[in-house]
Amino acid sequence: MSGTVEANGMIQEEPLLWEKGSRGRQGMSIPAADVPPVELPAELCGAGPDFPDLSEVDVVRHYTRLSAWNYGVDSGLYPLGSCTMKYNPKINERLAATPELAAAHPLLADSEVQGCLELMYGLQEGLAAITGLPGVSLQPAAGAQGELTGMLIFAAWHRSRGSRRNKILIPDTAHGTNPASAALCGFRPVPIASGPDGILTTEAVAAVMDDETVGIMITNPNTLGLFETNIREIAEVVHARGGLVYGDGANMNAVMGVVNPALCGVDVMHLNLHKTFSTPHGGGGPGAGPVCVTAELSRFLPVPRVVRAGNGYRLDEDCPDSVGRVHAFHGNFSVLVRAYGYVLSMGAAFLKRASQLAVLNAAYLKESLKESLPLAYPRPCMHECVFSDGWLHEHNITTLDLAKRLIDYGYHPPTIYFPLVVPGAIMIEPTETESQQDLDRFIAVLKQIVAEARNNPELLRQAPTRAKLGRLDETRAARQPCLCG
Amino acid sequence: MKGFDALLFGEELRYSEDHEWVSTSGETFQVGVSDYAQDQMGDIVYVELPEVGQTFAKGEQFGTLESVKAVSELYLPVGGEIVSVNPALADSPEQINSDPYGSWLVTIKPSDPEELERLLSVAAYRQLLQG
Repeated sequence: MSGTVEANGMIQEEPLLWEKGSRGRQGMSIPAADVPPVELPAELCGAGPDFPDLSEVDVVRHYTRLSAWNYGVDSGLYPLGSCTMKYNPKINERLAATPELAAAHPLLADSEVQGCLELMYGLQEGLAAITGLPGVSLQPAAGAQGELTGMLIFAAWHRSRGSRRNKILIPDTAHGTNPASAALCGFRPVPIASGPDGILTTEAVAAVMDDETVGIMITNPNTLGLFETNIREIAEVVHARGGLVYGDGANMNAVMGVVNPALCGVDVMHLNLHKTFSTPHGGGGPGAGPVCVTAELSRFLPVPRVVRAGNGYRLDEDCPDSVGRVHAFHGNFSVLVRAYGYVLSMGAAFLKRASQLAVLNAAYLKESLKESLPLAYPRPCMHECVFSDGWLHEHNITTLDLAKRLIDYGYHPPTIYFPLVVPGAIMIEPTETESQQDLDRFIAVLKQIVAEARNNPELLRQAPTRAKLGRLDETRAARQPCLCG
Repeated sequence: MKGFDALLFGEELRYSEDHEWVSTSGETFQVGVSDYAQDQMGDIVYVELPEVGQTFAKGEQFGTLESVKAVSELYLPVGGEIVSVNPALADSPEQINSDPYGSWLVTIKPSDPEELERLLSVAAYRQLLQG
């Protein structure tokens, strides 16, 4: 198999910054002081932090070398299930870097940033069209903050009706952050087991939905990559008992322009702009998790919101029922720029096409690999497919071994051991980015690894052997983390 | 991961369907997790246990185990008050992997000792694992 990254003489070793440089070396020359020195109070004096002494080129080379070790979507397939690591078109980076947008100060008066406000308004409209939910706040900084905002809206709506409830229903195939977001809001998460097909049954929801329950949080498609086909009936059950339905839109990449969440009965939903709408993620950088709600719930959205004012736009703070601010200024604005560029450049037809191709690619992988690896649930998948470790046991191979061996073939491993409902889960999300040739090569590699597991399992247990570093001691890293230089 | 034949069982212990074991000594019960549970979780890196004096109902979550793979909730197989927690686990959680039946998590004073009888015998627990 060609294309693996072999260590060679040009892949540099690189020590920690604290191991580089030498005493007294500097990155810049500071001019001599032209004012008299002032003695600092004794309590402000001390040894100072332990910073390494480095020159500018020491630092530039350090980070450039580290960057050369990196693997990203721009290097190759990044099939982390549930993460939607898809390619982000470079035009959207360029738009976000436009000085007129990037350098606009957030304290400028509305009249001076009409372009920024129009952009935000346009994105609100676009996300409303995609979800079918007309009220939109762009403030939340990430998916989990969108969930928290949604739960605050649940609480505000119930409070406005004088209903005092404290339970929230969360299926075991919802995103892992859902229970934490609800608990932060003072709700007690009640888990519901998914049915034998990997999806939620209406009966299971009806059995626990009561007058103490604020509603349900559903991830659709769920974390098994399966569409919750009972979503409408489930929403009816929840609504009939006075509850609301939260849709976790982290997997929206599977259903843009195909499924209308509002028609499914969803009242509140967040979208992950850093997954679905063209912001690179995975490095912990800024994201955005806008929240979309029904017309009835719009009055509870965070403030300020961008509204039309005559021929222009303004920020509206006058919403007495609002749950308040959830982010300073306008949220993570540069992420909103990328998303708006993505939505406009794709248009409705190609957003739908992107989702269709994302699902087609996952289905192609699933069908091509189902004889090689045991499928967790043998039914049509959406944007990702989940395998279990089934027969790997017989060869004393773990999911981790298989994932590590993929590195030897030049691939970032998929998500493993999640979702928890599948033993030894291997969760693959190819996204619409990959061509059929790319998928075929990945499939061939996985089949080869499966053959190795049967014939020469030691290759998997020792993996990775062709990467810069061998198998890392993750246990020791977790038990005895070294957090200083 | 271990095959079924390699799994260890404590013959005198009672088990919950959540893979916890209970042993009795006088009026108190000790609670830990089974060999199967630790094997499924993989290397355990952190144990979160309750305060002494806290009371939990049967089936209520009383702590968490964090492994390199995931965080798992611990459910008390018998309701009662926490009398002591295993002090050794804070610094060496790996004991649970190496000696699951020697590494008790908590000792409880059961509110209803009869609840023990409703837990699984070792034979029933073996059957549960074999499906």
